[in-house]
Amino acid sequence: MSEVHLAIENVAIGFGGVKALDGVSLTVPRGSITSIIGPNGAGKTSLINCISGRYIPQKGTVRFEGRDITRMPPSRRAELRIARTFQNIALFKHMSVLDNLMTGRHALMRSGLLACGLYWGPARREEIAHRKAVEEIIDFLEIAHVRRKPVGMLSYGMQKRVELGRALALEPRLLLLDEPMAGMNAEEKEDMVRFILDINQERGVTCVLIEHDMGVVMDISDRVAVLDFGRKIGEGTPAEVRQNPDVIRAYLGDKDLAAG
Amino acid sequence: MSAERLDTLPKRLQAMAGKYGHSRIALREKEYGIWQQFTWQDYLDRVRDFCLGLVSLGFQRGEKVAIVGDNRPEWVIAELAAQSAGGTSVGIYQDSLAKEMAYVIDHADATFLVVEDQEQVDKILEVRDQIPKVRRLIYYDPKGLRTYTDPWLLYFPDVLAMGREYGRQHPGLFEEMVAAGDGEDTAILCYTSGTTGAPKGAMLSHRNLLAMGDTIQTVDPLTPDDDFLSFLPLAWIGEQMTALAMHLSIGFTVNFPEEPDTVQENLREIGPHVMFSPPRIWEDMVTRVQVKIQDAGWLKRKLWELFQPVGLRVADLRFARKPVPFRDRLLYALGELLVFSAIKDHLGLSRLRRAYTGGAALGPDVFRFYHALGVNLKQIYGQTEIVGIAVLHRDDAIRFHTVGTPLPGGEMAISPEGEILLKSGAVFQGYYKMPEESARALAGGWLHTGDAGYIEEESGQLVVIDRLKDVMRLSSGEIFSPNFLENKLKFSPYIKEAVTVGDGRTHVVAMINIDLQSVGHWAESRAIPYTTYQDLSQKEPVLDLIAGEIHRVNADLPEAARIRSFVILHKELDADDEELTRTRKLRRAFVYAKYDPVIQGLYDRAKEIPVQSRVRYRDGREAVIETVLQVREILPIPDEAGQRAAGGGGAV
Repeated sequence: MSEVHLAIENVAIGFGGVKALDGVSLTVPRGSITSIIGPNGAGKTSLINCISGRYIPQKGTVRFEGRDITRMPPSRRAELRIARTFQNIALFKHMSVLDNLMTGRHALMRSGLLACGLYWGPARREEIAHRKAVEEIIDFLEIAHVRRKPVGMLSYGMQKRVELGRALALEPRLLLLDEPMAGMNAEEKEDMVRFILDINQERGVTCVLIEHDMGVVMDISDRVAVLDFGRKIGEGTPAEVRQNPDVIRAYLGDKDLAAG
Repeated sequence: MSAERLDTLPKRLQAMAGKYGHSRIALREKEYGIWQQFTWQDYLDRVRDFCLGLVSLGFQRGEKVAIVGDNRPEWVIAELAAQSAGGTSVGIYQDSLAKEMAYVIDHADATFLVVEDQEQVDKILEVRDQIPKVRRLIYYDPKGLRTYTDPWLLYFPDVLAMGREYGRQHPGLFEEMVAAGDGEDTAILCYTSGTTGAPKGAMLSHRNLLAMGDTIQTVDPLTPDDDFLSFLPLAWIGEQMTALAMHLSIGFTVNFPEEPDTVQENLREIGPHVMFSPPRIWEDMVTRVQVKIQDAGWLKRKLWELFQPVGLRVADLRFARKPVPFRDRLLYALGELLVFSAIKDHLGLSRLRRAYTGGAALGPDVFRFYHALGVNLKQIYGQTEIVGIAVLHRDDAIRFHTVGTPLPGGEMAISPEGEILLKSGAVFQGYYKMPEESARALAGGWLHTGDAGYIEEESGQLVVIDRLKDVMRLSSGEIFSPNFLENKLKFSPYIKEAVTVGDGRTHVVAMINIDLQSVGHWAESRAIPYTTYQDLSQKEPVLDLIAGEIHRVNADLPEAARIRSFVILHKELDADDEELTRTRKLRRAFVYAKYDPVIQGLYDRAKEIPVQSRVRYRDGREAVIETVLQVREILPIPDEAGQRAAGGGGAV
């Protein structure tokens, strides 16, 4: 677990006059659950975007399994098995759950357009193997009863689960989860936490998690990093972070701290 | 070997595997989106391996294996494996609470447990100190169980592997054990759902089960090419009867759904040839069809409105055994083409040869609904103690209020108190470790069913009134059956559950549970805002809606049995609150006691009744609901003293 899986060094990115990230460094040990917390606008999603390749940072480097991936396009990162989910669900609403999950395996598919069109020989065998992998995910996430339903017809919590499924379809080594539990009820949250723990422990996937529910973060994280105004103001185990005065100040405000 | 010698379920399995080998499918389970098949040989191989696995772990003749889980091949494999070794299987409902499971496991003296998944393992571990006789716990879905390192736990495939190894060391042992089995051995312990008191374990022998499976075949034949979908709890006698006894007697294929959530879809994919379900399932399907039709487009709705009356007319003529006029036959054929076949296909009933309902009365309206569609739904009568079906409708003699005549070789009689008595080869061996209850149930060589009934003179068919102890009398002496009234009410798509009261009272009152789905839909389409079930239940228009439904029911009832006032309850009756049994039957005495203040309010003619009730959520938390129930009077209430002239009131 001590082995570094993902290393972010001094990353900075700005939009116009706003510095979304201002020299953030973070190391994520292999097989860990690392959470990123912070108030709204702290730069959490920007950081995830720098890892997944949606943004190219203006300064600093991102290293994954020892390789510099700072300027690598997202599609290449997918081939390195970095998968993510989005804060605002980004699924194909009119496609079925099954088809959405199959698209998650796109980066793993080898057959060309012609072979797939003919659906014969190796292409057919490949499709069957991919379908099997997807069915295992459907079984794992307990979504068999909606397999054929268009995603747009499902409840929000269920869509979140399908999105997690699509990320899993890539067989990720690193999974980036942007607020996977936002807007869920207690029961859905409980299910999601169980899935994340199983993914981490049973499949050995390294997870980076943005989450606002402090109860969940403190429960399941191995490490927690705190961002505020584009800077990292704290890092450590959940217990350490909870004691950190800078973190308390960022969350409660100076006045409250002074008054308290 | 002749059929008489095949006197145990495992012997039948061996014979089937010998006859069909890999050429026919015994079981199918949908997994990973595909129907996975087990041939008869596969089935026997797994039963042999699991049986020898148990034996290698020290399982002995006469011991019991308790099984908890959804409907999966592992369930029946474990059951037949226990029986092959001369043991007995004990099914437990998978949604039982931990303490209920502990009671059954300990009472049955089970030494091995076979359970499905983490949920059940956790329940068992919670009550482990109450089940000291259990030696090992075997699970078959490993998900989430990686951190459980207790050697008490074993994984199903590992036991199969142990059995294969044991079989190599002891060739022929399995065959010897099966051959040593006797028809009089107890095959299953079936705990009755227990509407009153502690559950009782009915001991059913191999002979009992096979007598039932073999005789029903003489009345309602099925073929080895037929399909059956097993989706009701396997701990229930109805499922034991079909998925085990009839399956091994006839050789049709038993299919297991992918997940409990996918049953409807899987039903449609399989299109079974036979179904046996309690009334609730049939009632639910009617509600679903009615809601869908309200939602359907104009054309579809019109077609339904046009052809359903034709279907009902034809069904009624057939019930009355009158000829169907040519014009109606033509219209019916058109209706089948345009409407009925599509609905049957959606419900998965297209290939159904016949369907059975039993366990409680089913309203005539539900019967007519299915027969209008062309579904051959028949009433049966029986109980766990006689392997499910003892009396049933014959295909050409279906009458709404009767349950038919006994299976060949069976007899029925009515005791002087009006109790139904039965006799057949399927009558059970007694209740496990309850000699007094067994003697009472089997006194004089008859099975005492505890049901009140009579034999209709004109048809010779049995009519079941109600449980003997549940038939009630108003203070005027007129008898009525609350179940009958409740079933009438529940035919309304808006009423999910109903409780009627009137024993020793001047008149009948009702407490209603609305159906959240259909009433919610109804409210939305009328722009009536609501938040929760509780909020919706006390809305003025909803009370009007339910009053209208009760009026309709009242119209068919004798004066005395009519419902005069009602409330809509603030919460749904639930098995977790012990208001319903696990098969969703009302636990009347408990509900009457729990809702006594409401009942009192109804008889005191209160306008509003304040209630406070404790609810238990799924996660174990408790909360108190406080609210006010609105009372509706829909018929004049008789005075306490005023003896009403009993106008047209007969037994209901």
